[in-house]
Amino acid sequence: MSAEKLQTCLWLVQRISASVLAVAVAVHLITIIAAVQGGLTAAEIIARVGGNGAWAAFYGVFVAAAAVHAPIGVRTVLQEMTPLPNFSVNALSALFGIGLLIMGLDAVSILYRLGGG
Amino acid sequence: MQGTLSVSIWRGGEAGSFQPYEVPRRDNQTVLDVVTYVQRKLDGSLSYRFACRVGMCGSCAMMVNGRPRWTCRTRVSRVASSGKLTIAPLRNLPVIKDLTVDMTDFFDKWAKAGGVFKPTATRAEDFAAIRPTDSKRRHADAGIECIGCGICYAACDVVAWKPGYLGPAALNRAWTLVNDARDGNGAARLRAVAGDDGCLACHSQQGCQEHCPKHLNPTAAIAGLKRAVAVAALKGRL
Repeated sequence: MSAEKLQTCLWLVQRISASVLAVAVAVHLITIIAAVQGGLTAAEIIARVGGNGAWAAFYGVFVAAAAVHAPIGVRTVLQEMTPLPNFSVNALSALFGIGLLIMGLDAVSILYRLGGG
Repeated sequence: MQGTLSVSIWRGGEAGSFQPYEVPRRDNQTVLDVVTYVQRKLDGSLSYRFACRVGMCGSCAMMVNGRPRWTCRTRVSRVASSGKLTIAPLRNLPVIKDLTVDMTDFFDKWAKAGGVFKPTATRAEDFAAIRPTDSKRRHADAGIECIGCGICYAACDVVAWKPGYLGPAALNRAWTLVNDARDGNGAARLRAVAGDDGCLACHSQQGCQEHCPKHLNPTAAIAGLKRAVAVAALKGRL
């Protein structure tokens, strides 16, 4: 794949993941506002979304979209704001994305298991 | 009109400094009139560029009170209400001396962006018949009045952050050619403007549109290129 095509694909993927995030963030915020009645506590969150396969799938998609979207933006920031060579910029961005994915999926998995799933 | 203007003008190269001058106010005085007065009456060693003086050639662009402007069509009364003017060489371009900048990168990027028209017909063939109302022709018409002054390039923060970025003027030129039915270099041009240093780097801050003295909208042209590049990538044509 040519560099131009790869960079254009990254740009497209960032926009597609942004549209997924827009829906996911809206559902997340609306759910918090609608569901939280007695204060935002870990027990209430686990009782509501823990152990639920549908919520785990939703937050799995949320994490995946964030893990794709954010590193592409970080890559642009590093290109514009630092003198780092392209190889370092790409490697740091990829590491950041992998870190987000691992931590995010780990959190979703723990939440699912704490709820008895 | 009476009184004097306090004018600070950049002198020297990249490591120069501002020097103060007092210039008499005149009716309908332009910023270029002020610079010319300084050069002819106060300091003959001042270097600056101008040619047509009527907003056609695009050679007299400078930073005026921090904003890029075409100085021949910028009236002092519009930009120096406090009686003070600060005049500097265009931003984002290497300073040669005083108010003259090296435009090499700026014009090289026009070539890199595929800014050369490649005809598909020979002179033996008849004229291409293109309706002025054709949507592609209208997109091209919206951008063809560019005079290459470099003001959009100086106004662009992405150029400041990313020196390889092709910039608004070169991309605007590419968009006019993408929409020119007579041009035969479409695929190569889209490859030239795709990627990290091309249209995808634009943040749509619209500094180019805000400052363009010809009231063109390079941001819209770049948005058009982004769509064209995305479609080409999806169809496997990049």
